[in-house]
This record gives sequence, structure tokens and C-alpha cells, in this order.
Amino acid sequence: MKIIVCIKQVPDTTNVRINPETNTLVREGVQSIINPFDVYAIEEGVRLKEKHGGTVTVITMGPPQAAEALREAISLGADAAYLVSDRAFAGADTLATAYALACAVRHLGGADVILMGRQAIDGDTGQVGPGVAENLDISHITDIRKIEEIADGRIVVERLLEEGYARIAARLPVILTVVKEINTPRLPSLKGKLAAKKAEIPVLKAADIGAEVERLGLNGSPTQVMKIFTPPKPGGGKKFTGEPPQTVGALLSELTAAGITIRKR
Amino acid sequence: MNYFLTEDQKMIKDLAAQIAREKIAPIAAELDESQEFPWEVVKTLAKSDLFRVFVPSEYEGLGGGMFEMCLVVEELSKACSGIALAYAASGLGTIPIILYGNEEQKKKYLPRLAAGEILAAFALTEPGAGSDAAGIKTTAKPDGDSYVINGTKQWITNGGEASIYTVVALTDPERGVRGSSTILVEKDHPGFTFGKKENKMGIRASATRELVFQDCRVPKTNLLGKEGMGFLVAMKTLDQSRPGVASQALGIAQGAMDKAIEYSRERHQFGKPISSFQGIQFMLADMATQVEAARALTYAAARSIDSGEKDVSRMSAMAKVFASDTAMRVTTDAVQVLGGYGYMKEYPVEKMMRDAKITQIYEGTNQIQREVIALGLIKESVRGKK
Repeated sequence: MKIIVCIKQVPDTTNVRINPETNTLVREGVQSIINPFDVYAIEEGVRLKEKHGGTVTVITMGPPQAAEALREAISLGADAAYLVSDRAFAGADTLATAYALACAVRHLGGADVILMGRQAIDGDTGQVGPGVAENLDISHITDIRKIEEIADGRIVVERLLEEGYARIAARLPVILTVVKEINTPRLPSLKGKLAAKKAEIPVLKAADIGAEVERLGLNGSPTQVMKIFTPPKPGGGKKFTGEPPQTVGALLSELTAAGITIRKR
Repeated sequence: MNYFLTEDQKMIKDLAAQIAREKIAPIAAELDESQEFPWEVVKTLAKSDLFRVFVPSEYEGLGGGMFEMCLVVEELSKACSGIALAYAASGLGTIPIILYGNEEQKKKYLPRLAAGEILAAFALTEPGAGSDAAGIKTTAKPDGDSYVINGTKQWITNGGEASIYTVVALTDPERGVRGSSTILVEKDHPGFTFGKKENKMGIRASATRELVFQDCRVPKTNLLGKEGMGFLVAMKTLDQSRPGVASQALGIAQGAMDKAIEYSRERHQFGKPISSFQGIQFMLADMATQVEAARALTYAAARSIDSGEKDVSRMSAMAKVFASDTAMRVTTDAVQVLGGYGYMKEYPVEKMMRDAKITQIYEGTNQIQREVIALGLIKESVRGKK
């Protein structure tokens, strides 16, 4: 089975601060990590390989330093990695990113299963997975919490819903975006880390993957970010303390006084 | 402090630190209470290849030495030295095979030990032979192609959990210690059973049991080295492994110190964090100085061993004495910094204080270590060396 995992290198948002004047991320001293959801995708890819045989190839689109994320993916069990990197990709929104990744996947000869995290923790759009699928004209299923089985060119998965889950079957090839319920990622091994250190990571440029330049980077990105800001903290608020019968009563009379009608069911 | 670690050594240290943080720290208090053996952590360490670091590469190891093992033990011990001991004690049981095993024995055991599929243990101590290790009574009587072992080993770490035991026994009791030999005994050799698990003050996640041999028949091919070399094998093994105990102590001390510093910044008294008081500051400064000195000595000892230096007894004893005394002092002071909270089980430092104590006792008490150091000095002086 041929498995491709698409990952993204993101700033470790547990340590991220926003500059209040410019409203931009303070990137200095912030570590780059593999997008946490993508780590589950890598693990699931490696598990599929262990179960069904085959190879796991990891790709990412990003600047040269994103190769570090790919090395880490190799230490976690991936067989090969490609860095999709070119100045032409700079400034890409989700549309242009999905197009570029789809070109890269096609260049690598496609795959039976393409895995990614449900969303990246920096942009939080969740659009790239479905976008790649549309570009490749294959099925996609988002928010996968379990791969039940893969047999005879068919896959059955569980898709997480707000309440419960949906059981969905699809024909291969397919793109799956995964949620963290799907597995517990393993820790890297020393042998994996040593292999990662030595691994060659080929760079794929726009011309290599046969991408049309006008659909890449800023040119190919209709999204325009007008402003980024920190939402103002909700101010005021009032806390009622005491036993529930008293606090509920106090809350009700406060709401009534504010002109809010409470309807009894 | 820069200890000039290679890229690979940094990698080993970082991975061990990650396992300590993510897999050991969260269960340390629970296993201290339940005394359950940390098989889950052992599996994680195995999958991460950490059992390979000190095994030669011909036997599926990664070709490092005692220094690499010490880096792992130190990091794991910061989170829980009891859990770390499953790893370190297996190391102690593996060393004699690396040092004295023949090709066949190495091929048979080292790859599986390197993979962490099985654990090893080292069995010297007996009810009547502790510091006086030469007083062992366990016998291994040659009989045809086998040895027949009879006797009892006491307080054996990894006892009952390990699959392979390096046992020191008398093959020729009349010659006393010169008639001792080291024999590899497998867990399922008939006549080999285990006593009850000891209920200990500290390192409670580690398994300590009695080994009982009743006409236990082991093939002669399991002899390590030659007959009569038993005591030498044991002493050389302990010379190599003592920096391991030192790094366990070092990890405990560092772990306790980290907690003390963190707490002193959070705890407010008289309207200020207690870290602003000189009384606390001096304690923290002394802790840090001692810990760093212990680290320097431990690393130097481990690196001397790996360099192939012949006489490492003194250096390795010094590291063990200094690091374990440091661990006892630093953990005691850490409890003091945390005050009443430090004495409570909700905070980790009381456990570290209990755990620290054993490092002054096992693998040769600190009194015996001081004798080793002093005798080395005197011998050298007699010979007229400087």
C-alpha cells in the first residue's frame, strides 16, 4: 500500500505571544513543531504500513527549515520525505497550498491513502485536505477517528461527529484527515533518529511538480488578510456566590431587571 | 556547563528526557504507592532503542558505553529513580556478559537484551554476605556437563522480572573466594525460584526479591569467563556500573532541586516569594553547586571507563560516594524548602528523599567505597607513584 502523509511545520502555539501593537505573532524564540494533528496522521500511516505493508512518504510545503519537520517524521517511522519548496509558493492561502500539494502528490505517483491532520493549529482552517482531494478528483473524508478496514480497494472509517460518529465507506484512493482520538503516537526511536539524521530529503520545486505558476503562492491566492487582531477580553461580568437556590434567584431577577424575558418550558 | 556531548549523545539524552517527562513523571507517585513493576515504561524504553545504547554494535547495540548509559539513567531518574532502576539494573546484569561473555554467550543474550525484549539482573549479595562479598555461601557444584547450584541470593534488583541472572557462586568452596565463578542462570532453569518481593522505603517501583536455588542445574556452557574468576568478574562489573548508581543519584538530586526552585518562586510568605529570602537562596546555591560537582565527577568516571583505562575502581567509587551523598543532602534540603508541603505525599520531594537513601547503600556502601578509595591511595603511595 502506498501512503502519503501531508504535514505542516507550525510555531509551537503553547508558547506563542501576540505583539499587541502590530497584532502579529511574536516568532522570535518560538520553536517550530510538526502540527500536532499531523503527528497522529504520521502515526496512522506507519500503523497502516505495519499492518498492510507498503511505504509511508511524508511531504510538506514550506521554507527550507521545514525539512526539520520531515526529519522528525522519519524518526517517527516514515520511509521517505520530500520538501515542496520554491519562492513561487510564498504567500499561498489554502487554495494555492492545496493545488501545490496535489501537484506534488501526482508527481510522486499518487497514493492509495493520503493522510493529514484535521487542521493546522496556526491557521485552523481545515481546508487543505478537502482541497487536495478536489484537485486530485478523489474522495475525502474528514475528522476520522478510526480506520476500520481496508480491503479490495475499499476503506471503511469512523468519522467523528459532535455527538457520536458516522461509519463511512469509500473507494481508494482517498484522503483522510484525522482527529487525535485515532491513536496514541509513538515516541521516536534512536534508530529512527539516526536514520532521520542521515536521510536525504529531496526538494521539489514548482517546475518539478509541473505546477502552473499563476495558481501558486500569492498569485493563486484569492484570500486577502485585512487585519489580524486579538479579540478584546470580555469585560465586566458578575459572579453570584452562595447556595444554588439563592444564586439562581439572584441571577433571574438580575436578568429580568436587564429586560431579558425568561420563558418557562 | 558544557560537557561536550556528541550529537548522538545529545539525542540519547533528549529522548530519555522526553520519556521521563511524558511516560514516567505522570505515573511515578502511583507506582511508588502500588510497588507495581514498570513494564509499560520498559516497553517504551525498548521501542525507543535505549537498551541498545551501551551494547556493542556487533550485537545489535548502538555501540556506546557507560557514559551513554549514565545519560539515560540520569534523565530517567529525574522523574523516578525506582522506575529508572529497571533499566539500570538490567544494565548491571548485562555488563558482565559484555566484559566476559564468549562469542556464543554474547550472540545468545546481547541482541535480546539490546532490544529490551528481556531484562537482566546481577546476583552477588547473600543474607550473610553484603559488604563482605567474599563471604558468599552459594555453591555451584560441577557435575558432568552442568553445575548444580544451591543457596540463596538476597535483595536482587529485577529479581523475578529479569530473564537472565549473572550469579556469583562457589564452584570450589574449599578455595573460598578464589573458588568462585560467575554463571548465567535463566529464569526457567529448574530448581530456580523467587522469594517474596521486598517492601522497601524507597525505589518502590523496582522489584527486589530473593533468589532461591535448590539443585538448580545449569549447563557448563553458561560459565562466564573461567572457573575461579567469579569474584574478579563481580568486582570489575561493579567498577563499571558504579557511575550508573552515581547518575541515578545525580538524577534524583537534580529532580529534587528543580522542584525546590520552582516551588520557591511560587510560594509566598511575608508578602514575597520565598525565593527572595537569602536563607532559601543559599540552600538553592549549595544544592546547585553540589549537583554540578557530582555531575562533573560522574561523567569523568564514566568517560574514563569508556576510554579503556585499566584501574577505574577509585574513580568509580568516588563518583558513587559523592553523587549519592549529594543526593541525600539535596533531597533533604528540597523537602526543607518545600516545608510542610515537602513532607506530604502530594508533592514529589519526600519520595525523592526516600529514594536517595538507597544510593548510599547499594552496589557497595559508601563506607566500603571510601575504603576502596583510601586503599588505592595507600597502595599507590607505597609503590612510590605520585
